Amino acid sequence: MSERHISVSHLFIQTFKRDLVLAFRRKSELINPLIFFLIVVTLFPIGVSPEPLFLAELAPGLLWVAALLATLLSMESLFKADFEDGSLEQLLLSPQPLFMVVLAKVLAHWLMSGLALTIVAPILAVMLFLPFEGMPGLMLSLLLGTPTLSLIGAIGAALTVGLRRGGVLISLLVLPLYIPVLIFGSSAVQAAITGLPLGGYFALLGALLALALALAPLATGAALRISVSG
Amino acid sequence: MATKWLPRWFFQLASPRWCYQFTGKLIPWFAVISITLMVIGTIWGLAFAPADYQQGNSFRIIYLHVPSAILAQSFYMLMALAGAIGLIWKMKVADMVAKSVAPIGAALAVLALLTGAIWGKPTWGSWWVWDARLTSMLVLLFLYLGVIALNSAIESETTAAQATAVLALVGLVNIPIIKYSVEWWNTLHQPATFKLTEKPAMPAEMWLPLLVMLIGFYTIFGLALMLRLRNEILVRERRASWVKELLTVKA
Amino acid sequence: MAFESFADFLEMGGHGLYVWLCYGLGLLTIVLSLLLPLQQGKSIKRDLVRRLRREERSA
Repeated sequence: MSERHISVSHLFIQTFKRDLVLAFRRKSELINPLIFFLIVVTLFPIGVSPEPLFLAELAPGLLWVAALLATLLSMESLFKADFEDGSLEQLLLSPQPLFMVVLAKVLAHWLMSGLALTIVAPILAVMLFLPFEGMPGLMLSLLLGTPTLSLIGAIGAALTVGLRRGGVLISLLVLPLYIPVLIFGSSAVQAAITGLPLGGYFALLGALLALALALAPLATGAALRISVSG
Repeated sequence: MATKWLPRWFFQLASPRWCYQFTGKLIPWFAVISITLMVIGTIWGLAFAPADYQQGNSFRIIYLHVPSAILAQSFYMLMALAGAIGLIWKMKVADMVAKSVAPIGAALAVLALLTGAIWGKPTWGSWWVWDARLTSMLVLLFLYLGVIALNSAIESETTAAQATAVLALVGLVNIPIIKYSVEWWNTLHQPATFKLTEKPAMPAEMWLPLLVMLIGFYTIFGLALMLRLRNEILVRERRASWVKELLTVKA
Repeated sequence: MAFESFADFLEMGGHGLYVWLCYGLGLLTIVLSLLLPLQQGKSIKRDLVRRLRREERSA
């Protein structure tokens, strides 16, 4: 058998494409995070008050929390399918750098979760009477923040992939780590509404993303090896 | 690799049997020292230290709140460090230390939160306030609970120890980020931050008993840690001949 | 002494509830942290001894 040297970028693209194809095979599941996002947002006017002024004040934080929870909910599916059919073990056995594989999977997953949420967010923002000035801030903060959420969530997914009911546990493990992103993300939207400059917030969110890009796949890879071997 | 640069006693530590015997010798000393320090510190703080000019006698809660907060944080670091050592050098004892520290650290975080909250009532008028310090301590408690939950969810001891170590390390990296973001968030919403503890201007009559209590806390919860560690060692090493000998001597 | 009388000491200038509640919780935490592992240790040793005896008998 001839030795085929697979370049890192080739590996990345292959893994990315594969995960996208697999995700699209179950189109009905793709909508779930979006529906969850919508339902959570709907709960607040119903459960608390539909008054526009109240909802407008709540909107930045609520949209962020709902997006965060929707992302969290979808994290379990990141590695579960591959774990169950054995392909995860194969991935770990191969000599390919795990970092790239994880990154490709998280990117594919984010397209289906975080990015989708970002696109849908303005509709929900209207339902919460978020002032128009807040929209760019909302979308940009979600665009910068949700990849970080997916990267960190991947660590939780990797740690619990071997467990039968890992779903709730992922939330417990990952939510404390989400707090900085939540703080800077929702504050960015608040600042956008009041007309303050957004540069600093995006710099902070960008810094968190950079840190997550560099470190989270390492922890995720380590966690995958531990979970699969256990 | 890094193994060359470590002193021999580091690897002596790796023996559960050695650890069990060594802690056995330490415990009586720790018991005496810790109880003495705690009694002295408590009486000093409660009866002899001056009351605060602004807060009155509720200030005396500081002698519990600050040590428990400091210990909750340093025990998390110990847990992450022990986990890392267990992960890198595959040392069972390090794993056992990490597992033993977790519930103690969590209990201390709870104590810090409760004393902080109760202190808030006479100071600010409500049983809870979302200030930076208390909120960060709450998040620290969540991190502890996550570690404990993950550990109990995984059946295999070695896998559980490794997974918990990774989680603890991820948490450790996040702690400064969380602290910074929570403080930043707090200044956004409460421009006049009122600190519970007066920092530089504490006279010696106030911080000396605090120091005594802090050392007392370290020794008494260090004692608790050693007790838990010894239990953990007995359970995990129950098949070893030295454990069997130890038990037959007792029986 | 920072207090005139024992009654003053208990009262803590009106803050007695808070101070004593905290110190009570502190004491509880310490006592539980020490007693629980001690108790656990006893039952662990008891179980292990029992298991050893069973193994010896069946051997």
